[in-house]
Amino acid sequence: MDKVTILVMGGVMSKLGKFFKTFLLWELVQGLRVTGRHLWKKKITIQYPEETTPMSPRFRGLHALRRYPNGEERCIACKLCEAVCPALAITIEAGPREQDGTRRTTLYEIDLFKCIYCGFCEESCPVDSIVETRVFDYHFEKRGEQIMTKAKLLAIGDKLEPQIAADKAADARYR
Amino acid sequence: MSFEQIVFYGFSFMLIFSALMVILVKNSVKAALFLVLCFFASSALWLLLEAEFLAITLMLVYVGAVMVLFLFVVMMLDINYSALRQGYTKVLPIALMVALGFLLLLQWLVGNEHFGLNIIAEPQKHPADYSNVRELGRVLYTDYFYPFELAAVILLVAIIAAISLTFRGKRGRKSQDIDKQVEANKQNRLKVVKVEPVVSPKISDGEKA
Amino acid sequence: MIMEWALILLDILLKIAAILLPVILAVAYTTYAERKVIGYMQLRLGPNRVGPKGLFQPFADVIKLAMKEIVVPTGASRSLFILGPILFIGPSLAAWAVMPFDAELVLADIDAGLLFLLAMTSISVYGVIIAGWASNSKYAFLGSLRSASQIVSYELAMGFALVGVLMCSNSMNLGTIIEKQSGGIASWYFIPLFPMLVVYWISGVAETNRAPFDLAEGESEIVAGFHVEYAGMAFALFFLAEYANMILISCLTAVMFFGGWLSPFQGIPVLDNLTSWIPGTVWLLLKAGFFLFLFLWFRATFPRFRYDQVMRLGWKIFIPVTIVWIVVLAVWIKSPFWLWGAS
Repeated sequence: MDKVTILVMGGVMSKLGKFFKTFLLWELVQGLRVTGRHLWKKKITIQYPEETTPMSPRFRGLHALRRYPNGEERCIACKLCEAVCPALAITIEAGPREQDGTRRTTLYEIDLFKCIYCGFCEESCPVDSIVETRVFDYHFEKRGEQIMTKAKLLAIGDKLEPQIAADKAADARYR
Repeated sequence: MSFEQIVFYGFSFMLIFSALMVILVKNSVKAALFLVLCFFASSALWLLLEAEFLAITLMLVYVGAVMVLFLFVVMMLDINYSALRQGYTKVLPIALMVALGFLLLLQWLVGNEHFGLNIIAEPQKHPADYSNVRELGRVLYTDYFYPFELAAVILLVAIIAAISLTFRGKRGRKSQDIDKQVEANKQNRLKVVKVEPVVSPKISDGEKA
Repeated sequence: MIMEWALILLDILLKIAAILLPVILAVAYTTYAERKVIGYMQLRLGPNRVGPKGLFQPFADVIKLAMKEIVVPTGASRSLFILGPILFIGPSLAAWAVMPFDAELVLADIDAGLLFLLAMTSISVYGVIIAGWASNSKYAFLGSLRSASQIVSYELAMGFALVGVLMCSNSMNLGTIIEKQSGGIASWYFIPLFPMLVVYWISGVAETNRAPFDLAEGESEIVAGFHVEYAGMAFALFFLAEYANMILISCLTAVMFFGGWLSPFQGIPVLDNLTSWIPGTVWLLLKAGFFLFLFLWFRATFPRFRYDQVMRLGWKIFIPVTIVWIVVLAVWIKSPFWLWGAS
């Protein structure tokens, strides 16, 4: 056979191949094979309430105010967090404390509807007082509950202190 | 009254009622739907006559296809119903006369003197193994072969005529060549070009400072 | 007299219930299977909270839907709005009347069973059209137009594909069609009618408005198609009918092309005797189950067609293919190379 016939034959064969491929729905079968394979693969769903995904120590969830080990609140009302907050979610009023006259916050409120959980407050805090914890599943049942008052924040901090301290320690060498 | 009679009267009543509603109901979509009901009732009556093939074909062709397309048209029409009702009393006498004329014509054509029980014997029940479809096919492809084929040819001509009337060629139309699209593959469309990185002359330490 | 009729009526109603209750149960568990299978194909787990492995999920869904209010939109035609879902589900359930589950197990053994099925599937379009029109909503109307034109177009291809079955079996009675296929896998009609099978199956998927032909729903373009305005049980009826249609098409494919209730081991010496105790219904259900699985598999695999592509596929490819194959088949049947029973 000379070159031309081979070329023509090749053309015809590829046309024929294409024809059969089209009518036997070859490409669709290939697609089905992909999904068919995945049917038997290991499922990657995390069963949320029972299981959770691994979480970084830098996770930015619900806020908390921390205390020193002796029970003294860390916050010194420097208002850096209020200043850095891009969403203007933090409101602070400061004044001398009644007992000893030290500078403390008289009002420390975070509006969680405004908060964008950027973590700037945590980074700006010179005394590691305001932190964001790993808690991310919480809800409000009444209007106004979204405003985290100082008391609420301190309570969260007291409750989660071991976890927060561990996270801070784990992250300390990168700061 | 036997069961069959009850079925007959039930569907006859339904047929007449829906036929009346087709012309009495205001909304044209509802009128078309009543026409569908009309076909349904008459197909049930045909079933009683053991004409199951015709009955089901009526459902299949008229109800399933023709009326669907009809409904499409009626639904998309923007009709002003109040304008339609104008001049109702003016045309009523003429309409009544036409209706009466039609009734008389029907009586004259298919009245009792042609199809009454004294002219045509009461239809007998067929045995259970009687196949309506087979009989119909036998008649259509033997006795009525030429008319049947002729009807098919006329339908074909009608299809071609309808298509050629509405087809205006590719004039000013952007159409896709699907075969071409399907045949497109990576080799024809995509060319991977290896671009040599441009090496800038090395900056010496002296210049840096 | 009246007692007699009441007995007849009771008899008929009981027979209907005996067919429809399993069908509805099957529908319920098809929805569950769909969510499970598609979930698994997407590496998810699917429903697993209600009951063991989520097996009671369908009941939870039904109870939820039943508790919801049926909202009739303003400006909608109330009677037609209610009629729509009823007209959609009625034919899809009525079609089960002629389905042969076993050699003697069929409610209505009528000669024109095949035509009856085609007629029933073609009437169910009205539910869609009426629902879309009566909703007084643009999305619903567009969805119903799409769905109706799609169903009407694919009915033709489907009908032509069935003509092939008619030519092979010489009968429109579903029971006879199955009996003509007896004699093992090699005598089932999917071999000589393979192109018809493909056309019939794809048309069936299109006819039931399932993915990849679900552009009547097209949630990304026309929100949910013809049943946007429906809620509660009215929506549940549409849902039920869609799945009942899926099961019906699967059963029909098994009946027309895969020998219905016939055992696949017919004619094989040892296996035939070993499996002869299995009732035919089981074989039918196994075959239908495979096709039902294909429905779900398709939905997990293929992206939605564009509207003009759907129309092109139906009119320009399927109908010509079926017509050509009918001619080929006619010649083949009359030739000595025909091995699937004398006709």
